[in-house]
Amino acid sequence: MTVRLLWRKSLNYFMLSLTGLCALITVSALFFILGYLFWNGGKDLSWSFFTRLPAPVGEEGGGMANAIVGSLKLLFLATLFGVPIGLLGGVYLAEFGRGTMPFLVRYTADLMNGVPSIVMGIFAYAMVVMPMHHFSTLAGGIALGVMVIPTVLRNTESFLRDVPRALREGSFALGANKWRMIATVVLPAASRGILTGVLLALARVAGETAPLIFTAFGNRYWSPGWNQPTSSLPVVIYTYATGPYEDWHRQAWAAGLVLLGLVLLTNILVRTFLTRGAAYERS
Amino acid sequence: MATTPNAATPSDFTAHAQTLQRRKAGADEVAHLVTLIAAGILLLIAVLLVYQLWILSAESRAKFGWKFFVTDTWDPVAGDFGALPFIYGTLVTSAVALFIAVPLGVGAAIFLAELAPPKLSSSLTFVSDLLAAVPSVIYGLLGVFLLVPLMRKTIQPALKSTLGFLPIFKGPSYGIGFLTAGIVLAIMIVPFVLSVSREVLMAVPRDQREAALGLGATKWESTWKVVVPAARIGIFGSVFLALARALGETMAVTMVIGNNPRISASLFSPGYSIASVLANEFSEATGNLYLSALIELGLVLFLLTFVLNGLARLLILVTTARGSGVLPS
Repeated sequence: MTVRLLWRKSLNYFMLSLTGLCALITVSALFFILGYLFWNGGKDLSWSFFTRLPAPVGEEGGGMANAIVGSLKLLFLATLFGVPIGLLGGVYLAEFGRGTMPFLVRYTADLMNGVPSIVMGIFAYAMVVMPMHHFSTLAGGIALGVMVIPTVLRNTESFLRDVPRALREGSFALGANKWRMIATVVLPAASRGILTGVLLALARVAGETAPLIFTAFGNRYWSPGWNQPTSSLPVVIYTYATGPYEDWHRQAWAAGLVLLGLVLLTNILVRTFLTRGAAYERS
Repeated sequence: MATTPNAATPSDFTAHAQTLQRRKAGADEVAHLVTLIAAGILLLIAVLLVYQLWILSAESRAKFGWKFFVTDTWDPVAGDFGALPFIYGTLVTSAVALFIAVPLGVGAAIFLAELAPPKLSSSLTFVSDLLAAVPSVIYGLLGVFLLVPLMRKTIQPALKSTLGFLPIFKGPSYGIGFLTAGIVLAIMIVPFVLSVSREVLMAVPRDQREAALGLGATKWESTWKVVVPAARIGIFGSVFLALARALGETMAVTMVIGNNPRISASLFSPGYSIASVLANEFSEATGNLYLSALIELGLVLFLLTFVLNGLARLLILVTTARGSGVLPS
């Protein structure tokens, strides 16, 4: 009996420490990734990295100014295209939707969220690149925008639903009609949560590479306007990391550090300062 | 008719109120319509996505039919396309990833849900959420320069000398290949297993644990024999969700899998996955048949993840809805 008890107790301690170890491994992966990127990319970050164009192939030096600007332009388009639709769609689900339509929209949004980003790339290719017969910033922006919509939509809905009933009733009692109530009472009350969702969705697509490869393509020079192929940070990291030059590899590390730094910083700032306990609905 | 407020009759009030009411209702209808259109655009995009994938893959579907899924030649020059090596690569890498990520993720979730004090639990979950936010290409970068040499020099020789009798651990060590891709994928999907599993574990009512402990079970026995079984359907859901992620993951896999369309029992062998071949060959596909074969691969990937995600959501819904109560039979 005592042997059995001893066995049970040691199994208890053993298995519980094992779960602790699992948690430790998982969590330390992030610190390891961050540290390793700092170690490898930190020394190659310089002012010219942010201000210069890539050097001609085979030559040392140069920077990624065009990729940084390209990424910003793509994110701008994604915001322009994805955020209004996601926001209004979320308002529809939380405030107006009745019957089967909201169910359908909600279900579609969840499934779209799970569609691999490369398939979204094919979609943008079919909708924009094929009719225009060339790669463009616009196509890349639309690919990213399509990916932003479902996240923003579901997130907006869940935060609107959290707004207390009393606020709505108060505004009705003052004689406001429904859209006024939504625009002046409910949306401002949920604004922090909604902003969180938007920023996190943008941080996610900022690191997307797959849908850009055959939409925004890439460019070793500046890309004027919206109608030409453009460089972007994730795609440059991919090209440089898989390329044959030592100098490219060094720049890929530096670019990786910049990208990861921006994505993590956005996540940390948004999650700590903006949400205040409100859970952001992921995936 | 009344001209001053003082002299207003009750009927005037109602008339005035009615027009106001109508105007307000009209504005509401416009707002309703605008938001409905936005929601409709999402549906439209989903329909267009399926339509485009279907129409653009028509040529390949007509030419190869079901044979597309069972032949292993991929010859753009001769115009002969078979998807088998890519489907194989996708399934094998995802299986390796699940084999590593499920025990790790569920173990960590048990720690966070059952053992860790709430503060520690929430800050560790925060870190895990950040891990989920790391872009795929960053994992690829570390994979190429850190994991691949490590695999080639240390891990693969070690596996060969200890477990080399298994066919999956035979063959030369290239560093790149199914196993490396699977390991990178595993790290990427652990956060998904972890966060969903933690939530479903925490949804198991407290009484269940207390009853088990009251009967003399150790903490581990109450967790493993009572709490985990009660949450098991939701945990399956998290696994399906992670699997759907792994199947569609592109960049990290492309950078370490070796990009060689072949089927090999050895996990050390270089391979190819559906998402990787799309990333590598889509922009340079010449000819309609080539492009349409690639888009058919995209369609396959879409359908796979579509089904898995649907299933995952259903399972998670079932467990959290049942959260109020009884053990599943």
